[in-house]
Amino acid sequence: MDALKDAIRSNVRQYAMLLALIVITLFFQITTNGILLYPQNVANLIQQNAYVLILAVGMTLCILTGGNIDLSVGSICAFIGAVIGTFIINWKMPIAPAILLTLLVGALIGVWQGFWIAFVRIPPFIVTLAGMLTFRGLTLTILKGLTLSPYPAAFQFISAGFLGNNFVGFHISTVGVGVVLIAADIFFGIKARKKQRQYGFAVLPVSLFTAKIALISLGISLFTYWLASYKGIPMILLPIAFLIAVYSFFTAKTVPGRYIYAMGGNEKAARLSGIKTDIVLFLVYVNMAVLSAIAGIAFSSRLNASSPQAGQNFELDAIAACFIGGASSTGGVGTVFGAIIGALVMGVLNNGMSMMGAGTDKVMVVKGLVLLLAVGFDIMSKSRSKV
Amino acid sequence: MSAILKMEHITKMFPGVKALNDVNFDVEKGEIHCLVGENGAGKSTLMNVLCGIYPYGTYSGSIYFQGEETQFKTIKDSEHTGIVIIFQELALVPTLSIRENIFLGNERVENGVINWYMTDRDASEVMKRVGLHENPQTLIKDIGVGKQQLVEIAKALSRDVQLLILDEPTAALNENESNNLLNLMLELKKDGVTCVLISHKLNEVARVADSITILRDGATIETIKRGNQPINEARIIRGMVGRDMVDRFPKRDAKIGEIGFEIKDWTVHDPLQPDRIKINHVNLNVRHGEIIGIAGLMGAGRTELAMSVFGKMYGVNISGQIIKDGRCLTIHTVRDAIGAGIAYATEDRKTYGLILIKDIIDNISLASLNKVSANMVINRNREIQAAEEYREKLNIKCSGVTQRTNDLSGGNQQKVVLSKWIFAEPDCLILDEPTRGIDVGAKYEIYTIMNNLAEMGKTVIMISSELPEILGVCDRIYVMDEGEIVGELTRDNASQEAIMKCIMDNHREEAI
Repeated sequence: MDALKDAIRSNVRQYAMLLALIVITLFFQITTNGILLYPQNVANLIQQNAYVLILAVGMTLCILTGGNIDLSVGSICAFIGAVIGTFIINWKMPIAPAILLTLLVGALIGVWQGFWIAFVRIPPFIVTLAGMLTFRGLTLTILKGLTLSPYPAAFQFISAGFLGNNFVGFHISTVGVGVVLIAADIFFGIKARKKQRQYGFAVLPVSLFTAKIALISLGISLFTYWLASYKGIPMILLPIAFLIAVYSFFTAKTVPGRYIYAMGGNEKAARLSGIKTDIVLFLVYVNMAVLSAIAGIAFSSRLNASSPQAGQNFELDAIAACFIGGASSTGGVGTVFGAIIGALVMGVLNNGMSMMGAGTDKVMVVKGLVLLLAVGFDIMSKSRSKV
Repeated sequence: MSAILKMEHITKMFPGVKALNDVNFDVEKGEIHCLVGENGAGKSTLMNVLCGIYPYGTYSGSIYFQGEETQFKTIKDSEHTGIVIIFQELALVPTLSIRENIFLGNERVENGVINWYMTDRDASEVMKRVGLHENPQTLIKDIGVGKQQLVEIAKALSRDVQLLILDEPTAALNENESNNLLNLMLELKKDGVTCVLISHKLNEVARVADSITILRDGATIETIKRGNQPINEARIIRGMVGRDMVDRFPKRDAKIGEIGFEIKDWTVHDPLQPDRIKINHVNLNVRHGEIIGIAGLMGAGRTELAMSVFGKMYGVNISGQIIKDGRCLTIHTVRDAIGAGIAYATEDRKTYGLILIKDIIDNISLASLNKVSANMVINRNREIQAAEEYREKLNIKCSGVTQRTNDLSGGNQQKVVLSKWIFAEPDCLILDEPTRGIDVGAKYEIYTIMNNLAEMGKTVIMISSELPEILGVCDRIYVMDEGEIVGELTRDNASQEAIMKCIMDNHREEAI
């Protein structure tokens, strides 16, 4: 029981935001007369916010290294859009090699920025501000100020397609995915429990453990059933879910993940413990650029075009998502899961408000206030606990 | 003469430690009063109480300044009454000019706008008084530490200082600069400025002091007045030293074996001024099962020596050899050092030792994640198990291993640092001020841990500024001063006087 309390206490911020997400969702569900959670709208929500979700994952790592942000991600998305547009539309390259090459371009951008940040030690704020300008400029150069369009159907499928095969009134493959997820949750849950037992640690009582698994299974069932009753799982959710899973595991369970937290917590202590913080910082920025490239590809596919104006303010959305999700502005604290919650909070606000007929002007004001209040709440609750 | 300052029955508690115990401290008007004592004797605490850094109400006792009782809430309050303290780390803004720093917070204004003519005129005046011949518009970062010190004093004078407190002002200065500063103090005395000087350099104290107050273990031992008796270093040392050392250190039968760790001809240059030698041809060795001490004053280069050995974390143009069990090691990074079985626990555990926002588990495993992971995946259970093991072994008092290290007491934080390094299974441990700022009971426990490590056949190097500790724990002592080893003493011929003498002799040689 104490372990449970401990876990809750140390994750208050994340649970608070998860709760806030549920409250906001319910609020819009009521004010929009139930349209918000229509399967069609849920799928739309995912497709609309794919880029923020992907960027927020990478941005979390940047912020973890010490409150460092990356301002260039929006421009990199646009630049990547221009590159893949040139490959596929102008040069008629097949899609798979075009994507691989584009990811490589993303990695090279990361190497370029990472070099200045990690080895020359120019503050990331400056380097990525420079990148923001440079890559926007290069985008305009490549596109000559024009929009490239349209993409072949197969490329559009990435962002607009669904994992569907409807022969029994709902999408069997989507339900299949749900079943696999539930099985995996139960399997890993029991395995972890067994391991903890082996080490002689206290575990949750069977009743609570079963309740927890049942709750998660119920959530997965509802979610997949809901999607299955429309067109199935949106294709883009597959890579996103994969990235979230991999990066959550990476940050929480692996040695390099721990290095990132250690560096953000106290870089000097990390270095004196044998961690090469330069290399950690470098790789984090390379990673950010590769994820920006993925987001750029996803966005071009959804837009069905490569536009010189693409990706504007993406960096701000991603940064806001991380901070709303509980990342510390000085580094060392934060999770991928939190950033995803943060991104969803903003996505639901966006979607819900626009369905209520509010203009982008009002949406921006509300998003700004939510960011301010979320972080303000965090800081105030911390300073109170100190006294 | 009348007393300008009277501090009576000052007692200051920190959690678990009595930092000051019924201290009395009187300063006469117009004198230079030196405050001496070992590190941790309570000198800085006393001065912080005086100038309001520890505000009124957080200590007991009373303070009278110029006849009136003071109740300072902040350092600003004490500055208003004419008490100025100049800390070892200077409080200047490096990117502003001399004149701007002198009048910082006290600007020469006319109708709310800075009058630069007045600023320059007044700056030149006080600069002349302290003998600083520079353009007032020169930036602080472009002048040396000695001159920066003078800017601080000029700043104090510009505020009409009544009582000037200097905390180790000459620690970072060379012989010449120190001399100038001491002469300036004597000049200011003629102008009626009262000075309190905190210093480890007893030759300086003996030269300028009118009175000397000796603190030891948070209590006033005595005040020596120049009129009554001759002041000399031996007299001061006798006051500083000389306490019974019964049972402050755990007993141990040292089983000393072969030489296990050796540093040969180790030379390191200052990273900021690469032509300046910071560590000069240092040679030392440690045998298996032996604890050696490196004694010396602050700034003697002990930490720099340790950091340069530990994966070149300090210094440039490093030359020399590190030999372990007869084998010469090549160490370029901290990871090399850890891999070679060397561990270094830093003197400043909060800045360099711990990740304060993380729990005990994360901190203990940090330097040896390879031991709790397979294929780069961390086994959290194994990690918790290790933390639990050390919590028990080293008696870390905490609510649980998931407690954040920031919330632990100093002694327990230090035990976490030690756990981290013991968990890395080193053969050679370098412990830098391992008992700094922790209470007597925890100190005893730390010594016991060190003894156990030595008993396991490890080589242990302890750097400490506390002489009784070095004498009580170490089998052999190297004395370091200004980047050199200036003496090696065995347990039998070591004493506080002998260590001090090594340092003083070195200073004297340089003065000649």
